[in-house]
Amino acid sequence: MSSENTTLVKLNNAGFKQNDKWLVEGVSLTVEKGKIVTLIGPNGSGKSTTAKIALGIYKNIEGSVEKYTNKVGYVPQKISIDWTLPLRVYDFMLLTENIKDEAIEEALTLTGVIHLKNKNLGNLSGGEFQRVLIARAISKKPELLVLDEPVQGVDYTGEIALYELIKRISDTLNCGILLISHDLHTVMTATDHVVCLNGHVCCSGSPMDVAKNNEYKTLFGEQASQILSVYEHKHDHVHSDEGEIKKN
Amino acid sequence: MFDDFFIRALFAGIGIAFVTGPLGCFVVWRRLSYFGDTLAHSALLGVTMAYTLDLNIAISVFLISSVIALILIQLQKKTNLPGDALLGLLAHSSLAVGLVVIGFLTFIRFDIMGLLFGDILAVTTDDLLIIWTGGAVILLVLKLIWKPLFASTVNYELAEAEGLNPDRAKAIFTILMAAVIAISIKMVGLLLITGMLIIPAAMARNISDSPQKMVIFSIIGGLLSVVLGLYSSLEFNTSSGPSIIAASLVLFILSLFKIKQSIKLKN
Repeated sequence: MSSENTTLVKLNNAGFKQNDKWLVEGVSLTVEKGKIVTLIGPNGSGKSTTAKIALGIYKNIEGSVEKYTNKVGYVPQKISIDWTLPLRVYDFMLLTENIKDEAIEEALTLTGVIHLKNKNLGNLSGGEFQRVLIARAISKKPELLVLDEPVQGVDYTGEIALYELIKRISDTLNCGILLISHDLHTVMTATDHVVCLNGHVCCSGSPMDVAKNNEYKTLFGEQASQILSVYEHKHDHVHSDEGEIKKN
Repeated sequence: MFDDFFIRALFAGIGIAFVTGPLGCFVVWRRLSYFGDTLAHSALLGVTMAYTLDLNIAISVFLISSVIALILIQLQKKTNLPGDALLGLLAHSSLAVGLVVIGFLTFIRFDIMGLLFGDILAVTTDDLLIIWTGGAVILLVLKLIWKPLFASTVNYELAEAEGLNPDRAKAIFTILMAAVIAISIKMVGLLLITGMLIIPAAMARNISDSPQKMVIFSIIGGLLSVVLGLYSSLEFNTSSGPSIIAASLVLFILSLFKIKQSIKLKN
């Protein structure tokens, strides 16, 4: 397959300005099928903005976005839902696409919230709602998945399980994932490509390349780069689904 | 069958209730009640235009309301005024201009009360035709834009990100609002059309746990209001619009008991 066919979305020197202030500028990145691209950076560094540029939510952008798919699943960072709407989890799952009941149930089971299927969306806890959001995004079997802080508010064990789920989805569905996360530990183990943002791209590359980068070290501190090297060592083996260690 | 004015009114009202039911749900969900009011107030201007230029009232009202909606969108882009101030500006100035124009048209006798509050005697067979064909078109278009419109009502960015084109759906919905006001103005009157949109939908909200149920109950509530309202309007010789809206208010109050019950059940 040529690289053109595997590209899902491509940002060329993209940026977005609001009220004469650049939220982010000069971002170039490519999300390909089966690959996970992770955006990291401090608060206000333009991670969510970059995701929204990639999704085409912002219209008047600098640079350009090439989007090669319409099958998109999106988990936004903030979502405010108006409770004048009577909306059950089930209705929410059908929001943007008519999905078969089996696919809905499968997705809700994967994220561990199948028991909430007929509950009113307004009665869910933050973590439960987050799991529903992820279920909704993956139930569409998207080609491109954009996850903006997808596990916020989820309990610690759930967090690890959900990141494993995300990794598995990228493998099984062969979809490209644009991930935004604060959790450097988890992110770095699964990511193919890291883009470190701070209003602009301060560095990018494989997790290891980024960890060695000096700008990264100043942004996140020396310790963060040690976290990465620790994880890099683990790359000489993989875990099977049962948790067994297999040497590469 | 349609010789009897009351039968005509009944069929007109039933046709309107089928359309205001689902549209009213969106008015409640999207918080557009004041927007509905603005379009309805501007309808008076449409009526005067119909008389002056000898046009059909529904078509003329539809045109004027659409123009007002477009002006609103432009004003929203070009000024820093908040949305409700702009709506108030358009609502009252178009009502005022409409009344001033009526003052100039001394050669035509206007039934102002009928315009403001509806008049069942005024419903003709032509009106019935407009209501039912217009209503069918409105419902068909609403069905077509349902997915993007509903998704963007829940969350605009999700709808936009997943390729549903919510802006187009919103623009089409605005036109549908103008159309529903145009077909119901004779029956309910321009001051009360928004009530016909909101009250059955609000009633339905109290007794529904899913959007589909809310739409169905909203239609049923509208139908009941029309039938009850028209019969009492005949019985007590009251205006048709207020009678229908009063009937829907009674249904709304009844629906409150259902909420009380479900709150008790939860405790």
